[in-house]
Amino acid sequence: METLSWFQIIAAMAGRFLPVWLALVVTFGLSISFRRRLGLYGKLFDSPVGMVGFGIVMFWVFTAIFANWIITMDPLAQFSGSKNAVPGSALRAPVDGGYTHLLLGADHVARDVFSRMVMGSRVVLQIAPAATVFAFMVGITLGLPAGYFGGKLDTGLSFLANLVLAFPVILLFYLLVTPEIVQTGIPMWFAAVLFVFPIIFFVILFNSRFFTNPARRNLYVGVVLVLGLWAYSGLAFNLDPLGVWSMDPNLLNVFVSVVFVNAPGTFRIVRGMVMDIKTRDYVAAGQTRGEGPWYIMLWEILPNARGPLIVDFCLRIGYTTILLGTLGFFGLGVSPESPDWGSTIDDGRKLLSIVPHPALAPALALMSLVLGLNLLADGLREESLKD
Amino acid sequence: MLLFILRRLGVMFLTAFALTFIVFSLTNLQPNLEKLAKSEASVRMTDDQVVSWIANNGYDTPMLSRYAQWLGVLPGWVKTMEDGEVRGRCIAKGADPAAAPRYCGLVQGDWGSSTVFKKPVSEVLGRSLGQTGWLMLTVMLVMVPTALMLGVLSGMREGSRTDRVLSTFAIVTTATPEYVSGVIFIALFASATAGLSPLLADWGWISGKTLFMGTATSAMDDITFWNFALPVMTIALYGIGYIARMTRASMTEVMTAQYIRTARLKGVGFTQVVLKHALRNALIAPFTVIMLQFPWLLNGVVIVETLFNYKGFGWTLVQAATNNDIEMLLGCSVVAVFVVLVTQLISDVGYVFLNPRIRLA
Repeated sequence: METLSWFQIIAAMAGRFLPVWLALVVTFGLSISFRRRLGLYGKLFDSPVGMVGFGIVMFWVFTAIFANWIITMDPLAQFSGSKNAVPGSALRAPVDGGYTHLLLGADHVARDVFSRMVMGSRVVLQIAPAATVFAFMVGITLGLPAGYFGGKLDTGLSFLANLVLAFPVILLFYLLVTPEIVQTGIPMWFAAVLFVFPIIFFVILFNSRFFTNPARRNLYVGVVLVLGLWAYSGLAFNLDPLGVWSMDPNLLNVFVSVVFVNAPGTFRIVRGMVMDIKTRDYVAAGQTRGEGPWYIMLWEILPNARGPLIVDFCLRIGYTTILLGTLGFFGLGVSPESPDWGSTIDDGRKLLSIVPHPALAPALALMSLVLGLNLLADGLREESLKD
Repeated sequence: MLLFILRRLGVMFLTAFALTFIVFSLTNLQPNLEKLAKSEASVRMTDDQVVSWIANNGYDTPMLSRYAQWLGVLPGWVKTMEDGEVRGRCIAKGADPAAAPRYCGLVQGDWGSSTVFKKPVSEVLGRSLGQTGWLMLTVMLVMVPTALMLGVLSGMREGSRTDRVLSTFAIVTTATPEYVSGVIFIALFASATAGLSPLLADWGWISGKTLFMGTATSAMDDITFWNFALPVMTIALYGIGYIARMTRASMTEVMTAQYIRTARLKGVGFTQVVLKHALRNALIAPFTVIMLQFPWLLNGVVIVETLFNYKGFGWTLVQAATNNDIEMLLGCSVVAVFVVLVTQLISDVGYVFLNPRIRLA
């Protein structure tokens, strides 16, 4: 069995990504034909930059979804004799019916680089968007009243936000994401505080809108409380009676730290936008009609701030991806076996000047995902400014 | 103005107190102290020995009082061991306990001693900050002019081909974190098996094996282009994109202003308009951005110094954090917080000087 040439490697990789290509074609086909009825999402397909960004992001999303079909080897398996093998080299002892080549070579303990890169996308895309959503929930729930009421509340919350922002991110990670901290149970308390915000947000959201119609209000708030507290008990305290919601303590630690670092940034943006929007006439009109402050904040100010918030959301997922990579790069939080991109870069960098490919593959993957998110944000900004 | 600065200084000290206290309490958690005991004395200690080590070294006193001792507002702890030896916070090993000062903390100018480096924190910090200072200075010298030039060039004629190319470049660099660009740079320029170096060595253009050096350890004594260019480029690249985009936004805004049109209509040449009328006003906004980049540079410095094995501030921080070196970490966080807050203050004050339309309350 001989080593594949670069052309063969690229062709083989493109073939492995077949499910992704099909899914991309379907997504783009449907979206472009119905784009006039899809609001801001549809308008995205008028901007080439946005389309490219969306394409790259969806490529990685579909890769994460179909990862089981794309990988050629078990990402944790070690293949004897293939230590630091160059891209395209053949396996010494291929399994019958299994894949015969290491498409992107092997790393320093002879694991397949290609499969690890593909599986890594799953780790990153599971944590980054979810962590960003939580950070947004915290930022919005605190930023709205801080901007709207101002005064002491604003001063206090802004001081706290600036405190977190003044912390060097890496020092914070080194202090928060260690096995010792997991022992003390601090991440659990962090989670207990941070995970309560989504529940508060949705309760206030429905209550302020439907409190004149108690039947519907009770239904919505009840559903939120049941679902929310169920997930809350499982995620934060690992006490879910049914065992559906649970989180590995190390993963919880990483997740909570990333949310904690991101929330103050969102808080500042939301607060600034609320301070701007609350001077508008329609807010004054709402106040004269006797609408409650939370109704004005959540149903009048927030929808009008959505454009910049969506753009910031995309950028922030990218930033969170970079943060997760940083954590992996310093070997914090995740298990050493984990195929996430940051850890694989860290693994590969020790032999970087002799065998660069194990570090290069995840590095380029991470870079392309963040680039896609930045381009997507740019496209969205361009299109949302056109209204 | 004076009131504003005083108030900001007050907030700054409050923030610094809060942050150092958080660092102090996190590093003084019981599991962290046990880890420290095991790494300092012996890994195979029994639980009882760990407890007695913690007590003998004064870590069993209440945390608040120890924080106050570190600050220097409470006298340092003193203890008499069973064998009659007197140990204390302010008593150096083997020194006469009677001659030791009662207070030794930040207020007295004593930063404590590092358990990893076995040296006073101030000495380690001073040396590593010196190293990082050179790195930062070079980064600034490369980053700021490049970024401003790129931003001005692309914002000068919005939508032109130059603008498109430069904007794409800026977006790509903001999407490349330091640990990615560092890896790519080393693979391209400093690898004996991949990238440019093997080609150049084949052609006989370079005498060594690689074009650039993959580590910057030698730059600590003697900075040369070949050992310093890659770390500097790695840090600078990430910032360039961001500053360039801000400059571009500010430049495009200025170029649509009335006075630029007036100047053009009077018949002033395009170059003159850009250099004399637009540039000055367009550079106000990037000034803030550049100042606010400092905290982010700190991040980049930690990554790059680890990647290139350059023993500066970032490297020290990582060493201190992995070994739970309490006083070293506190020293590092004081420095980091100081850098962040001072640059924020400078950016606010400088903004007022640059833009006379803004008044501070």
